[in-house]
Amino acid sequence: MDAGRDTRGDERTYGRRAFLGVTLVGLSSLFWGKSAWNAFSGVASGVSSALPPGLIPSGWRIYTVADTMPTFHPATWRLRIDGLVERPRTLTYEELRSLPRAEQISNFHCVTGWSVDHVHWGGVRFRDLLASAGGAKPNARVLTFVSAEKPYVDSLTLRQAELHDVMLAYEMDGKPLPREHGAPVRVVIPDMYGYKNVKWVERIVVGDTASPGYWEQRGYDVDAWVGRSNGY
Amino acid sequence: MATEYVRRFSRTERTLHWVHASAFFVLLGSGLVLYVPKLSELVGRRPFMKDVHVYTALAWLAAIVLVVAVGDRRGLARTLRELDRFDEDDRVWLRRRWTRPQGRFNAGQKLNAALTAAFAVLFAVSGGLLWLGERDTRFRFASTVLLHDGLMYVSLVLLVGHLYLALIYPATRHALRGMTLGTVRRDWAEEHHAKWQP
Repeated sequence: MDAGRDTRGDERTYGRRAFLGVTLVGLSSLFWGKSAWNAFSGVASGVSSALPPGLIPSGWRIYTVADTMPTFHPATWRLRIDGLVERPRTLTYEELRSLPRAEQISNFHCVTGWSVDHVHWGGVRFRDLLASAGGAKPNARVLTFVSAEKPYVDSLTLRQAELHDVMLAYEMDGKPLPREHGAPVRVVIPDMYGYKNVKWVERIVVGDTASPGYWEQRGYDVDAWVGRSNGY
Repeated sequence: MATEYVRRFSRTERTLHWVHASAFFVLLGSGLVLYVPKLSELVGRRPFMKDVHVYTALAWLAAIVLVVAVGDRRGLARTLRELDRFDEDDRVWLRRRWTRPQGRFNAGQKLNAALTAAFAVLFAVSGGLLWLGERDTRFRFASTVLLHDGLMYVSLVLLVGHLYLALIYPATRHALRGMTLGTVRRDWAEEHHAKWQP
């Protein structure tokens, strides 16, 4: 036993220093964390692509508002397009897939701060989709997307929906859209935060005015431009 | 000869430990369901899981305040002082010279305590910001999710090490008795915590 030796003279308060240091670094990371992570993941992407898939999380988080995710049955699934279109109609999954196909690779940004880069989407542009219903009437201004996940709903202006990289996607990274990403179809608008990218779309209502969507009723911006809305 | 036991952790210390531990497991489980896509799909009920996560966090903080309020505060203050101070032996011990005599806490345990406390603060602050940010843009930072997740990853690593030393590693796992029943064998204490005078 060393009990007789008096070591109190050279005691150092490492405990509180470690506590305060880690706390301060952690708190300050609220201001530099994301840019540091972006720089790091640029370097690390070479490493992570060499690792077995699934080891590094894809970066996706699945946000839902209902108790269960909608289930997609290809035979019975329908997409309703109505409101201010010349010929309101109901499409089957096959009919939707037979419309002119578009592909794109774009980044996905969530308003809570995470992003997934280089997502490969396949789907149909809204101009082609609306054309299948005879086209929008002259007074049409807004598309409202009704999700099979009740009560989720959101909207885009017709002009926003017809931007070059906006689509109703039925494929993701070369495979049919997975259930947790909104099977069978979701909205993709890369320049707006994820909550405008409505999943499990089952009805598109063309109208002349927008009513606030699910998150917009809870204080989020209607025009959810990435980096220029919601306090960013 | 009957085995002699000495008291290592007070009831207040043990209650704090188990409040923290049980809250951590519930928060980890519910957090992973919210965070891992396949688990989210499997379990569903996101609004409910969110409630479980948020209310467990509130209960965790309230329980810590309560234990400190009604527990042995003088003893806790003494423990805090022990955890704070690293003497020459502790500093050498940290450089992997694990033969240096240690007090009631070895230097690794002291560091673990400091990290755990810092992580508790950071988890609570970042979690609170996530909750507030969903309601008010002024509390929204692009890095909050990153901090909350990063803490989770590092905590998992620390937890695995902690569980290994407490449950599996033969030389140290007797310490678990101190955290459950409060006492440890005197001969074990003299070997592992030579400078501690119970």
